[in-house]
Amino acid sequence: MATTVRAVPRGRAAHVLAYHLVGYRRTWRATVFSSFLLPVIYLAGIGLGVGGYVDRGHHLGVAYLSFLAPGVLATTALTIGVEESTYRVFSQFEWDRTYEAMLATPLRVVDLLLGQLAFVVFRALVAVVVFLAVMAAFGTVHSPWAVAVVPVGGLIALACAAPTFAFTATQSSAQGFSVLQRFAVIPVQLFSGVFFPVSQLPAPVRPLAYLSPLWHGVELCRGLTLGTLHPWPALGHLAYLAVWAGVGFALAARTFRRRLVV
Amino acid sequence: MGGDGYLISATGLVKRFGDFTAVAGIDLGVRRGEAFGFLGPNGAGKSSTMRMIGCVSPPSEGRLSILGLDAASHGPQIRARLGVVPQQDSLDVELTVLENLTIYARYFGIPRAVAQRRAAELLDFVQLADRAGDRVEPLSGGMKRRLTIARSLVNEPELVLLDEPTTGLDPQARHLVWERLYRLKQRGVTLVLTTHYMDEAEQLCDRLVVMDGGRIVAEGSPSALIARFSTREVVELRFDLADLDGARGRDIADTLTGLADRVEVLPDRLLLYTADGDATVTAVTDRGVEPMSVLVRRSSLEDVFLRLTGRTLVD
Ligand SMILES: Nc1ncnc2c1ncn2[C@@H]1O[C@H](COP(=O)(O)OP(=O)(O)OP(=O)(O)O)[C@@H](O)[C@H]1O
Ligand SMILES: [Mg+2]
Repeated sequence: MATTVRAVPRGRAAHVLAYHLVGYRRTWRATVFSSFLLPVIYLAGIGLGVGGYVDRGHHLGVAYLSFLAPGVLATTALTIGVEESTYRVFSQFEWDRTYEAMLATPLRVVDLLLGQLAFVVFRALVAVVVFLAVMAAFGTVHSPWAVAVVPVGGLIALACAAPTFAFTATQSSAQGFSVLQRFAVIPVQLFSGVFFPVSQLPAPVRPLAYLSPLWHGVELCRGLTLGTLHPWPALGHLAYLAVWAGVGFALAARTFRRRLVV
Repeated sequence: MGGDGYLISATGLVKRFGDFTAVAGIDLGVRRGEAFGFLGPNGAGKSSTMRMIGCVSPPSEGRLSILGLDAASHGPQIRARLGVVPQQDSLDVELTVLENLTIYARYFGIPRAVAQRRAAELLDFVQLADRAGDRVEPLSGGMKRRLTIARSLVNEPELVLLDEPTTGLDPQARHLVWERLYRLKQRGVTLVLTTHYMDEAEQLCDRLVVMDGGRIVAEGSPSALIARFSTREVVELRFDLADLDGARGRDIADTLTGLADRVEVLPDRLLLYTADGDATVTAVTDRGVEPMSVLVRRSSLEDVFLRLTGRTLVD
């Protein structure tokens, strides 16, 4: 009998994305609602309430609310990027073993990664669109360039998700995620220029803020919604986020293989 | 198919996990249309071997060819034509029964409409059609197992790998699965399975291997293995526990020397392996041995298994 090598299906990563979207169909209402509620709470509560007390000297040059909102938007993209890459990914390794099931088909490790990262980006895009609409309602969008925060939000999520995928693949229990949250995510959120400019940080720790992908994301989003972004720094920020995404993806591919292909 | 006429052909297959060798160099040949079984105690290396055949676990050493393709270089192409039932269920518990099949089908590039039709047929095949729209989470273990089997068939595979397909199933479900597997075999599908149920192996397998400590210790059809490693019949003499205590069991066995090919002393029984059970029973009584009860039965694969792999737990 002649050997027939049946063609391996094309668009394998797209099928993985479709799979995650099927699950999302059940939960999208809740996630969209919380994507809406979060900026409302932030902008109404902190921005309007606390905003009156900070920056009495008007060093920011803009209303505190307009300063804060794009920062929180970027933070939302980071939060989604990390959240979707910890417990959810871990359970697919350990509890539901869905990765194992997927790898028994023509899918490869890169297909799992590309498909699921695309889903994380999609989740971030939805949240950023909702956030931007709330920002507009609060009068904090000052430039038509602001629509560009949507793809930037996707990139921030990817830059945070890819290395988190790599981290999750190395974990043997779920305990590491609260450590990650406490010692990485929260400090990054506090010291990346979201709530105050990094120039306020003591000079010795300032370079740490520049290392944080969130700071680059915040600079981009803020520059876009305020209409103050200059092209060269913008390219630098984009490139830095792209490096995080690329290196993160390479690390994730490595750690996923090490865990799954044994 | 491979040039040597085998659907699966392995030589010197080794699987190591760090310093530990789980599969210590095995040779295999499985022909198209055959039902091939792996028996062996816990930790013998059955699942490790199945995972290598399923092209999800790269061999540490040796040559492995599946469907005429090299496993090391053609993983995705081979997996496209395999069905896999892993030892541990890996269903998506958040999805419905039907979605588990249709989504899985998409990974094989099966068009949506075909996937829908095939999924419905397969749910009928494993008698889960009435649960199609239910979430998987609350299904019973046996239903999940049947769904996993249905899922493994969604790409109409030429070769199905079943790692303990019926563990945890009730007798009805086991018989249903056996009957379904038998039907697949009738259609020319090649089956490779592992099991701890000797009756299952006898019923389903044309040929099987017994693994122990990562090696193949015997190979053949169920009847050939029985003929080779056991006798036609077994006489079980049951005694009071106290009667076989300490050296007494051995003493009784000595009294019976010459009456059977082999005598095995267990805590509550003596087993006499013999060609003619009734004749042996008569001879036993003639020697004045009086057990509490006597049972004459045919030798089974279980006798072969215990002989080859020992009665004591290894792990
Ligand atoms: N991923 C792994 N890492 C380390 N050791 C492993 C791994 N998988 C299997 N082993 C070891 O390899 C040996 C063989 O395991 P395997 O699962 O192949 O046995 P098995 O014959 O299927 O047993 P069972 O009947 O209990 O399913 C065991 O000692 C097991 O602990
Ligand atoms: Mg096993």
